[in-house]
Amino acid sequence: MAVILDALVQFCQMAVVLAFAPLLAGYVRKLKALLVGRRGPPLLQPYRDLLRLLRKEVVLAHSASWVFRVTPYLVFAATWVAAALVPTFATGLLFSYAADMIAIVALLGSARFMLALAGLDVGTSFGGIGSSREMMIASLAEPAMLMVVFTLSLLAGSTQLSSIAEALQGPGIGLRVSLALALVALVMVAIAENARIPVDNPATHLELTMVHEAMILEYSGRHLALIEAASFVKLLLYVSVIGCVFAPWGIAASGDGIAAYLAGLAAYVGKLALAGFLLAVFETAIAKMRVFRVSDFLGAALMLGVLAALLRFVSRVT
Amino acid sequence: MIGPLALDVAHLFAGGLVLVSVMLLYQDRMTGLINTFALHALVVSFSVAWQAFIQDAPHLYITAAIALVVKAAVIPLALHRIVVRLGIHRTIEPTVGIGLTMLAAIGLIALSIMVMLPITAQAGALAREDLSFALSVILLGLLMMISRRNAVSQVVGFMSIENGLILAATGAKGMPLVVEISVAFSILVALIVIGIFLFRIRERFETVDIHLLHEHRGEQP
Repeated sequence: MAVILDALVQFCQMAVVLAFAPLLAGYVRKLKALLVGRRGPPLLQPYRDLLRLLRKEVVLAHSASWVFRVTPYLVFAATWVAAALVPTFATGLLFSYAADMIAIVALLGSARFMLALAGLDVGTSFGGIGSSREMMIASLAEPAMLMVVFTLSLLAGSTQLSSIAEALQGPGIGLRVSLALALVALVMVAIAENARIPVDNPATHLELTMVHEAMILEYSGRHLALIEAASFVKLLLYVSVIGCVFAPWGIAASGDGIAAYLAGLAAYVGKLALAGFLLAVFETAIAKMRVFRVSDFLGAALMLGVLAALLRFVSRVT
Repeated sequence: MIGPLALDVAHLFAGGLVLVSVMLLYQDRMTGLINTFALHALVVSFSVAWQAFIQDAPHLYITAAIALVVKAAVIPLALHRIVVRLGIHRTIEPTVGIGLTMLAAIGLIALSIMVMLPITAQAGALAREDLSFALSVILLGLLMMISRRNAVSQVVGFMSIENGLILAATGAKGMPLVVEISVAFSILVALIVIGIFLFRIRERFETVDIHLLHEHRGEQP
């Protein structure tokens, strides 16, 4: 019975992640437009975009190989599975026993690898530029993310996200400078990975500055829809990871009643709204940095991650 | 005995001091550097005040007050004025890149933790972490002094070393108030001397890049 319940929660979670991801993106876009004094697209615009793209015909370049065609499906699947592993409104998910936080990093890494290959596949120069820049960003962002994972697992004694969330909810953690450093590092990595403003501009099509958009320039139709959906899910995933690790309040434990699950869902929506608001304010307030400054930005994130892991050894051992 | 929460807060401040030291290394603009140094002194004064509270050592409050007034307010303001009068709000050039400096910083922090934790195994938890953080801050200050060419940023590195010494002294329950006051005043005197010295260098070479001094001594750049 417990297994069936876990599976049910897991499928609910997968549906919730997929359903909320475009809404979060639309919400951030709307807020950003409002903050600069525009009216902005309606909240549901990302859903409409995705539906329209799904209905459209795919235009393939003559030089595109099978890599180009399978990449959207792989990227979307890997990102969705990774998002399904993060406890959003309830812990005790069926899949979370199969994979831990390192697996999430690996899933995202393989998605990025496929996307970079696809950017190179068609043979246009923009795709190549985008892939090489994405790899430059990844080469610093991934170690930083792993250092954050190591710090959290040292503190919580586990690499499972649900165990980390439960451990951090407990009384034994206290006030840790390592946690603060890990939070800052994780936020910086999340900004870089999701191509948000100081690193990349998600709304631009100006060729000199774009990174993520340059790789997917050749995609159209349902392929583009899948890649867009994957990037929405990725944003939601990072927000959920930050929410479940650093603000683990309100997440329903395994075996709680239906009311606890609903409360968890409400808390989750609240966290998403808050995170989206902060992201929109941050993006409006700050200017985009040059591509070659990104390595400094992410180097700082990596440094914070290493520092968090180092300082943990000095602190009180629980 | 010191409770876990008190220890956590002390840890937070001491770890924050190490972080601000690393931020000092990361700054490449003069005003940002001086503001970060003011933050450094602020964190040190909070840290000392908290230790005064948990160790029941009222004389440490005076140390904290000295750090707050002299190093978080007077010295940064004086440095701002010096920098404005020297006309160097431009970027300062580290001799090695930011990335390499950061790697060296991480190495130094790891080194000081590795060195301090085994040899202070008998000491209390508070002294242990204060000593290892203080050694990191001192080493980072030294790194700051050797990796920067500009004389003003070397002064900032020197002052941050002194903050590290204060952290070490408060953690070890040792330093008498007289020593602390004299250290604070000697720092102030050092600032004045260095300030005059900076103007002398500038008059002589029309820059505060100490690289020119090497050539003047007959060394190859």
